[in-house]
Amino acid sequence: MEPYQFSVKQAKEFSAKNQNGPSELTQSLAKRIQNFDSKVKAYVHFDPTRVLLPKDGKKGPLYGVPISVKDNIVIESWETTCASKILTGFIPPYDATVIRKLREAGAVIFGKCNMDEFAFGSSCETSFFGPTRNPWNLDYVPGGSSGGSAAAVAGDLAIAALGTDTGGSIRQPASFCGVVGLKPTYGRVSRYGLVAFGSSLDQIGPITKTVEDAAILMNVLAGHDSQDSTSADVPVPDYTSFLGKSMKGLKVGIPKEYFVKGLDPEVNQAIQKTIGVFKDLGAGCVEVNLPNTKYAVAVYYIVAVAEASSNLGRFDGVQYGFRHETSSLRDLYFETRDQGFGAEAKRRILLGTFVLSAGYYDAYYLKGLKVRTLIKQDFDRAFERVDVILGPTSPTPPFKVGEKMNDPLAMYLSDIYTISANLAGLPAINIPCGFTEGAGHASPLPIGVQLVAKPFEEGTLFRAASAYEQATQWHEKHPKL
Amino acid sequence: MARETSEVITVYEPVIGLEVHVQLKTKSKIFCACSTEFGREPNENTCPVCLGLPGSLPVLNERALELAIRVGLALNCEVSPVIKFDRKNYFYPDLPKAYQISQYDKPVSSKGYLTIEFKQDGKVMKKKIGITRAHLEEDAGKLLHEGIRDGSWVDYNRAGVPLLEIVSEPDLRSPEEAFQYLTSLKAILQYLDVSDCNMEEGSLRCDANVSVRKKGETEFGTKVEIKNMNSFRAVQKAITYEIKRQIGQNESGERIVQETRLWNESKGETSSMRSKEQAHDYRYFPEPDLVPFSVAKEQVEKFRKSLPELPQVRAERFRSQYGLSEYDAYTLVSDKALGDYFEACVKENVSPKLASNWIQTETLALVNSSGSTIQNFKLSPAATAGTIRLIENGTISGKIAKEVYSIMFETKKSAEEIVKEKDLVQVTDTVSLEASVQKVIQANPKVVADFKSGKDSALGFLVGQVMKETKGRANPALVNGILRKKLTGG
Repeated sequence: MEPYQFSVKQAKEFSAKNQNGPSELTQSLAKRIQNFDSKVKAYVHFDPTRVLLPKDGKKGPLYGVPISVKDNIVIESWETTCASKILTGFIPPYDATVIRKLREAGAVIFGKCNMDEFAFGSSCETSFFGPTRNPWNLDYVPGGSSGGSAAAVAGDLAIAALGTDTGGSIRQPASFCGVVGLKPTYGRVSRYGLVAFGSSLDQIGPITKTVEDAAILMNVLAGHDSQDSTSADVPVPDYTSFLGKSMKGLKVGIPKEYFVKGLDPEVNQAIQKTIGVFKDLGAGCVEVNLPNTKYAVAVYYIVAVAEASSNLGRFDGVQYGFRHETSSLRDLYFETRDQGFGAEAKRRILLGTFVLSAGYYDAYYLKGLKVRTLIKQDFDRAFERVDVILGPTSPTPPFKVGEKMNDPLAMYLSDIYTISANLAGLPAINIPCGFTEGAGHASPLPIGVQLVAKPFEEGTLFRAASAYEQATQWHEKHPKL
Repeated sequence: MARETSEVITVYEPVIGLEVHVQLKTKSKIFCACSTEFGREPNENTCPVCLGLPGSLPVLNERALELAIRVGLALNCEVSPVIKFDRKNYFYPDLPKAYQISQYDKPVSSKGYLTIEFKQDGKVMKKKIGITRAHLEEDAGKLLHEGIRDGSWVDYNRAGVPLLEIVSEPDLRSPEEAFQYLTSLKAILQYLDVSDCNMEEGSLRCDANVSVRKKGETEFGTKVEIKNMNSFRAVQKAITYEIKRQIGQNESGERIVQETRLWNESKGETSSMRSKEQAHDYRYFPEPDLVPFSVAKEQVEKFRKSLPELPQVRAERFRSQYGLSEYDAYTLVSDKALGDYFEACVKENVSPKLASNWIQTETLALVNSSGSTIQNFKLSPAATAGTIRLIENGTISGKIAKEVYSIMFETKKSAEEIVKEKDLVQVTDTVSLEASVQKVIQANPKVVADFKSGKDSALGFLVGQVMKETKGRANPALVNGILRKKLTGG
């Protein structure tokens, strides 16, 4: 086994045991990237000379573990672009809180992963730097927006990575790439240093090879941050204590609204098999109702774009990033933003500006907030009866590069099952649960299952996911590059 | 032809509302830990948060909220039980995030009033002016143009300094009332010690909404917003100009356009900046980075109880405790430092009435002529009280006291020392005074005759001559008595 194939757990042990462990690990990964990332294009900024190894004396819980980071999380003195032309050349003068925590834990900040521009997308194709490919089949998308992070982890181009999730951007690419992806409860992980998309929805979370790795990372990432007013002052349990436990007595809700037209038969089949495994492991599965699910995508594309239109106002060429040089202020704004943003970013800024405009605010944004509350209440009611809610992460397996780029609505529907957890602020995890077998696909492509829990019950997700992972072999399969 | 201007003006009634932006005196900015100190090098007081760098997040400075609540309470406002912020979106290079964090539908304070007081015919008049709302927000940066050849530079030191925007009801009816509103508001803010209220440094800014209507009408006319005034007098002048302009428009049958106009101080006129159609749509929406929270009632009550004595209460106390007239009390409290100076003097056991008169005339005259302020005035209240005491106990006359006071200002010696050194002690020895009186009577036979023939005012001239003879050291009351006795042959 090569070091680049390690899980976080293995990398930890390797670094702890070998004096040159951290350096061997990063070199092994760097070589792997050199050899194969030209195919996958998981990274946008990777410079082995900038990778700082942890000081020897300080052996934290992630000592020597290389972590790759989605390019919308700022790292001091590393270019951060959000895969957008408008931020090219922006060198942040500070570390995001999660980066500081990782460094303090002894982790090696390794490289920056590709993504959809400003996290706007579900395929990693809207990146200014070009699309990332799915390591399982390079003709297919890795999902998005954290497609670079998920592809890197799946292709053994990273030990683990940070992603961000506003409407499914960790879980959907994790599903497409056959890895574990956790979106924590809103407020569980500090957003300080995450370039905002939808501020009331965004969360940073881990993308890993195993459930255990996700728990190990969450032990470091979670917790209150005085620099983020939306971060919650709720105690952080030892997430690894939920691993390897029995699923007996766990109450699992299956929302009937998730199994409707539009759900791919192969995905449905994989989920039904997963439900079977859960039952075999002693979980009690019942049907639950989430009646407002049908409004989730619509509400999301009001709330998220409204916040995004405001959050992206600051990219105007005045202080940093790309600027169209001109003598008039008006032209500076118009030309910088016209040339700096891609088509999807412009579409969302326009939508968001529209829904917040005088005369439309009540009809769209305010109504959106009300429906958001209804969706939250759906989950509150369901969680009176069950511990976790189980369903597909994505309605389809990975699709081909270019397949949905000219059909934004079809693209938006990729997140139909993931969006609700963001609207309700709930923790949700994707774990691999099967592969496609049908004739439509050139080679087997991953399928993922999503588990959703009550706020701050990431532990319950780890318990269920860990028990399922131990009973199955999906996580042991790796793509050949 | 239009009617006579003054006649026209009396037919109309101006309706004025003021929006005052006050920088709150906190050590650090409203959403980050940067210093608020004025006068630093450009962009010295900045960090990722106030520069609006990607990824940064605001955290509310609770001190700013506390100061805002104090102002609300002092302005008799209701304090909102929920503190919520909103984003006001617009593009401008001095606004680093392209939105300002402000408060839209839930201002920290609302529905209050401010009683303005103004002197009219020697009396103090009062009028209640409604306070619509007072909300917290962050200040923007500043564009620098001077001395820069290509384009402009931006100084973000001011970005993120806490502001309280205090909006009045359209209850003001004259430029003078507007001036008094600002004076009273400034006094309250100074008593609360929440702001430097310095219009030149920009810690207090004022925009005015002005409209006119015919007296007796209940509907408001079309309002015009005026900006860019940098003193209270400028506000008064700009409103005066604007009222005349609007009346002129009305009289010539032109429609008044709803717009924003800029005051040009050197030209003494307002000019159009943008029309209503060009007005921004700020796309307000709740600030998702700051979670709404409630302020406990007990906390608000605690703030209320810890409010300092405010000007109007203090004026009442000055009247009852020191027996001052309403007018004197009003003048002394209108500037907190002046009131403090007065009270410190009185503590030195001098007559409050004498102290009030002396400070309002002699002390303020010296303060003004020396270009100082009462806070920084060279002579301490104790020193001033020393002079007043010498008048009170008859050691020197008021006239000599003025001389002593200015010597004191130059030399910093005590009043007693000066009087001793210059031998200025009032002559109260009747024997020596009688000699001087006799001399004056002999030298002025005509005036003496006038007095004797019933011209009582002639006596004043004679008293003055005796004072001159004694170089001002004679006790005027004594001189008066002796003269009268001698001339009426008592």
